[in-house]
Amino acid sequence: MSGARGWFRRNGHLVVFLLPGLVLYGLFMAYPLLTSLSYSLSDWHGLVRGAFSGLANFVKVLGQWPYNARFWGALSHNALFFALTLAIQSSLGLFLAALLSRKWRGFAFFQAVYFLPYTMSMVVVGFLWLLLLNPTWGPVAHGLRLVGLDAWVQPWLGQRSTALITVILVNAWHWLGFPVLVFMAAIQGIPREFYEAGLVDGANEWQGFRHITFPLLLPSLAMMSILTFIWDFNAFELVFVMQGASGAPNYATDLLATFFYRTAFGDPTTGGEPGQIGLASAIGVLMLIIIGAASAFGVRFSQRTQTEY
Amino acid sequence: MKSIGGKRLVAALLVLALLGVAAAQSLTFWSWRTEDVDAYNGFIAAFHKDHPGIDVTFTPYKNTEYNTILSTALQGGGGPDIVHLRAYGGMEPLAQAGLLVPLGDKVPALKDFDPNVLKAATNRADGKVYGVPFALQTIQVLYNKDVFAKLGLSEPKTWQEFLDVAQKIKASGIDALANGSKDPWTVETLFGGVAPAFYGCNAFYDKMAAGTATFEDPAFKTALQRMVDLEPYLASNYQGVAYSDMQSLFAYGQAGMLIGGSYELGTLAQLAPNFHVGSFLIPNDQGKTCETFYVDGSYGINAASKNQDADVQFINFLASKAYGQMFTDTLKQISAVPGVVPTDPVLAQMANRMHSEGTPYLMLTLFRYGQPSGSTLLQNEMQAVLAGSETVDQAAANIQRGVATWYKFQ
Repeated sequence: MSGARGWFRRNGHLVVFLLPGLVLYGLFMAYPLLTSLSYSLSDWHGLVRGAFSGLANFVKVLGQWPYNARFWGALSHNALFFALTLAIQSSLGLFLAALLSRKWRGFAFFQAVYFLPYTMSMVVVGFLWLLLLNPTWGPVAHGLRLVGLDAWVQPWLGQRSTALITVILVNAWHWLGFPVLVFMAAIQGIPREFYEAGLVDGANEWQGFRHITFPLLLPSLAMMSILTFIWDFNAFELVFVMQGASGAPNYATDLLATFFYRTAFGDPTTGGEPGQIGLASAIGVLMLIIIGAASAFGVRFSQRTQTEY
Repeated sequence: MKSIGGKRLVAALLVLALLGVAAAQSLTFWSWRTEDVDAYNGFIAAFHKDHPGIDVTFTPYKNTEYNTILSTALQGGGGPDIVHLRAYGGMEPLAQAGLLVPLGDKVPALKDFDPNVLKAATNRADGKVYGVPFALQTIQVLYNKDVFAKLGLSEPKTWQEFLDVAQKIKASGIDALANGSKDPWTVETLFGGVAPAFYGCNAFYDKMAAGTATFEDPAFKTALQRMVDLEPYLASNYQGVAYSDMQSLFAYGQAGMLIGGSYELGTLAQLAPNFHVGSFLIPNDQGKTCETFYVDGSYGINAASKNQDADVQFINFLASKAYGQMFTDTLKQISAVPGVVPTDPVLAQMANRMHSEGTPYLMLTLFRYGQPSGSTLLQNEMQAVLAGSETVDQAAANIQRGVATWYKFQ
């Protein structure tokens, strides 16, 4: 008893400081996660929970048509979503960051312009591009027709071949300002002496970027890649707003989160159908495993690239 | 003795006072009909005139979020007193979970409702009715009478005549049909307008209901093929044409026809007040027709509501003929209350056809009780077929395979 009391006297302040955070974390993170895990192991009849069913829901999601087709389809769409976004932010984003770091006249203005979309709500961005890309009345189609490029007018969001790419590009438009900002901050944190030393050794612009800026940017690049991975594998709003919960057309833009949503609550575009809570929870748990495992791996990997000046 | 009598009097007065307080009750009423707020406030005012002790507050939520909001609230023991319920598979899980009050012995007027209509609010497990159906919708071709007059067209009597009409409208420089496929559910509406006459109306429907026919039946495939035959006449860039675009294209005369629901009449009257609209059914090769209809939803009572008596009074009002007439006149929709005749002539025509040659909306009324629902399958498979990335045979096989995971075929 006295040992426990002594421990509390020495460490009690730690408990007091940790408690509010632990309670909030437990209530809003750990508790829902554990509930969804237990939901995923049960049989469900509509909204009524049935008996313990082991891994039956997981077997169904991963092995039974049409769930397996939807799951692997959605997973591959998320992967493409991530890969393309990563490619755009590590090329165009990095280029813009390097360019804007020059601090030439007027660049502050462009910096604001590139960052502006990121401050807008995803839902607003979705509706905005839905209107812009409308093939009947949209300004993009109108502009193309004005310059005689009628044949270029396509139902971009309605075609299987173009819908997902279009959504990914809209997402990149919205998102790009953030990585640019992070990369610029990292570039500005690199000491000038490195470049001066390089200059003395006869390095040109490109060599300066290739051998000084880029290696020292690796930690930021790695961190942005992990963040992008987490966000893109959780992506939902944009597809929900622009293409609906079924990932139209014909599941071409279906993501893990939209698949989860309509399995849990029913496809809202049909006006209501019963949801499948057990199956949806299994999808949620699988998402958690995929994102958690990949992020943990990414964090470990990126720790090796850490640099101290 | 005297003092006890005095106490009794006080107690009696107290009970009366409490009853008086209880009589001035306020009910909450949740819905997804954000566009009908004014109409419902009018209906509620009419109810309040006869029942001054009961106030009702109408609160609508966003259509696509309503189901989630409602089922979450009801499961938590909260939610409104009066619930605007979806139909068929959309309401059944709530009834099965014991969250709604069975209305059979509380609403005498339900006995006169069409049994087919009551199916939309019935829990198949216990056979009880949990809602008072409010609106019936029909699906047909709406057409622009001015366009038809200008081009010298008349309502077609066979499938071939329908294709000719479409061809002539297209040749005049506007779209024949305003229909698009961007929003998956509008593809199912297209199905509801085109398919029934080709799959054989109620005869085929009854076989599907009994599980003795499948989606790979040649008649069903023919029906899907007829949808594909209309592809050249859909709106330009139809794959990118969303529901609101369809409404505008038709209302502003950029398309001659729209395969749509009876609910379009209300929107049309708002978008283009001087529009001359007509309607007909798509005939099959021999000229046979039938009209798809369905129940939109119903009004139910939350089992956890603390104002059950007042709830029942309000629900009985919603089942009355006076309410049905008010509903159809205000919202330009067909009331589910028996004996109510729409004053709008086009709507009355749709209602008449429904009584003489109505056939229930196939996927909604039979195949939305499980996942993947027939609706989700049909919508997505037909998007693929219309876009040419799948054949009708593949689509029919996929629909059958998906529905068969939870529906019992013989």
